[in-house]
Amino acid sequence: MIGRAHVFGDNVNTDVIIPAAYLNTYDPLILGRHAMEGIDPGFSSRVRKGDIIVAGANFGCGSSREHAAIAIKACGISAVVASSFARIFFRNSINIGLPALVAEEARSVREGDELEILLDDGLIRNLTKNEVYRFSPLPEFVIEILRDGGLLEHTRRRLGR
Amino acid sequence: MERRVFQRDGMTIVEKLLSWSSGAERARPGMIVESRLDLVLVNDVTGPLAIEQFRKIGVGRVFDPSRIALVMDHYAPNKDVQSAAQSKMLREFAREMGIKSFWEIGRCGIEHVLLPEEGLVKPGMIIVGADSHTCTYGALGAFATGIGSTEAAVAMATGKCWFRVPESQSYRIDGRLDRYVTSKDVILTIIGRIGVEGASYMSMEFSGSTVEAMSLDSRATMCNMAIEAGAKCGIVEPDEVTRRYVSERTADLIEVENLFSDEDCRYAATFEFAAGEIEPVVALPPLPSNCVPAAEASNVKVDQAFLGSCTNGKLEDLALAAEILKGETIHPNVRMIVIPATWRVYREAMEKGYLSIFLDAGACISCPTCGPCLGGHMGVLADGERCISSTNRNFVGRMGSPRSEVYLASPATVAASAITGHVTDPRTIR
Repeated sequence: MIGRAHVFGDNVNTDVIIPAAYLNTYDPLILGRHAMEGIDPGFSSRVRKGDIIVAGANFGCGSSREHAAIAIKACGISAVVASSFARIFFRNSINIGLPALVAEEARSVREGDELEILLDDGLIRNLTKNEVYRFSPLPEFVIEILRDGGLLEHTRRRLGR
Repeated sequence: MERRVFQRDGMTIVEKLLSWSSGAERARPGMIVESRLDLVLVNDVTGPLAIEQFRKIGVGRVFDPSRIALVMDHYAPNKDVQSAAQSKMLREFAREMGIKSFWEIGRCGIEHVLLPEEGLVKPGMIIVGADSHTCTYGALGAFATGIGSTEAAVAMATGKCWFRVPESQSYRIDGRLDRYVTSKDVILTIIGRIGVEGASYMSMEFSGSTVEAMSLDSRATMCNMAIEAGAKCGIVEPDEVTRRYVSERTADLIEVENLFSDEDCRYAATFEFAAGEIEPVVALPPLPSNCVPAAEASNVKVDQAFLGSCTNGKLEDLALAAEILKGETIHPNVRMIVIPATWRVYREAMEKGYLSIFLDAGACISCPTCGPCLGGHMGVLADGERCISSTNRNFVGRMGSPRSEVYLASPATVAASAITGHVTDPRTIR
């Protein structure tokens, strides 16, 4: 997984990730176009497929809207790295197959740095700065959900459907 | 009557609830458990996606139609064609699955006030809801937490959900609150002290003589905002107040034994507050933790005053605002919007004369909906506008334009500020 970093601060909440005006739909295409609109209008048009969001503490705080994680994934972001996550956003992210990685050291990442995420090794390489950050290991069953491509696929597999 | 007996083994309430529901011998903080669910809730924003995801699982039926609730509240009555389509999906799903806990507009209301009112929330229950303010139900001694739509779909299919057993924090509040100081001021003061991440992933347990003296509605306001400190849940030990509230609303009771935190349980942190020192406060934008005494923000002029939401749209909230607004006139530069949380609240507010007081003062009264709290409809803000609001979030753009501002406060402070046109300590009005 290689992509350019888009850097945000602390307490990025779900209302700015996807403003409530767009909650009358759950179409990923529409949601993706408005990702991060409340904090950074035009964000989705600057994202190249595979890019990575790097943020501070408490990313995704606020509402339970899965629309927030969907919007971020649909606009082309491949993973979110943050110092910490609000719990519902974290679950939603994993559940839709969008890696959410906790790495305090990634605070040194700057806008546009090229990052490589090595999911199995628990490492994030900053190719621009030649630095390496370790992310907190995910529990085994969370990795399993990500491997299956999300909670839905994971549940179908468990139920044998 | 169903009986749930919880163990006494140095555990907090939440550890007991998660042990019981998962079959784990002793759920310790950090453990991952899978619990059986008593109730799964979705609304008109999170429900349609949950229903679509549910269909993809391919199980055909929900695990138990009597343990699922579908509530149209965010964009209901529908504000446009797309939101109408979302409500329609819930309506059809309720019919198809035989889900009885679905209420048509006119008999509905905001989920977190409606479900306790309907007698669906009881001490000892495990509840998940595709809405972050699901943590409100902790006020009745239930473990209740917010999840997303996909997870709600899986919960509707399997009747189960995994949880990381949270650490518990103890918040003890003792003494008498001053006149016009409410449970909203207490929870804002707490979040002001610990910050928006102060209880991340944890359980906030509220106790002390102040909480014991509170009505169930007041306790619900506190648990409702646990999520604004990042908490997984808020909880109050069920007592006589809880038992009376529930038994007045349903005959289908659950008898619980030992549902309290043991004396030798472990807290990750303990906080103590003296009720007498708590003042009417406001949370300045853009975070619920930016808490200052209302008196210190009196230079802030407001364009809109909003009384409503799952946090403070209950009968006692309207009663308090009506007491302050009686015989008064809303400031000429202010529009006040009042939204009773449910139709039951609406009817009782009408019968008790509160609605007449609001109308006489010059306020607008709408039908039950989440509406303006999330910038949905019925009171969205323009660029540069300010709202004093009895709601729960004051994030950038929460109630409309990214260049508008929200000041969170109690119903009393909202009413007082509507009269003066600026943020006002309600104790200075009467």
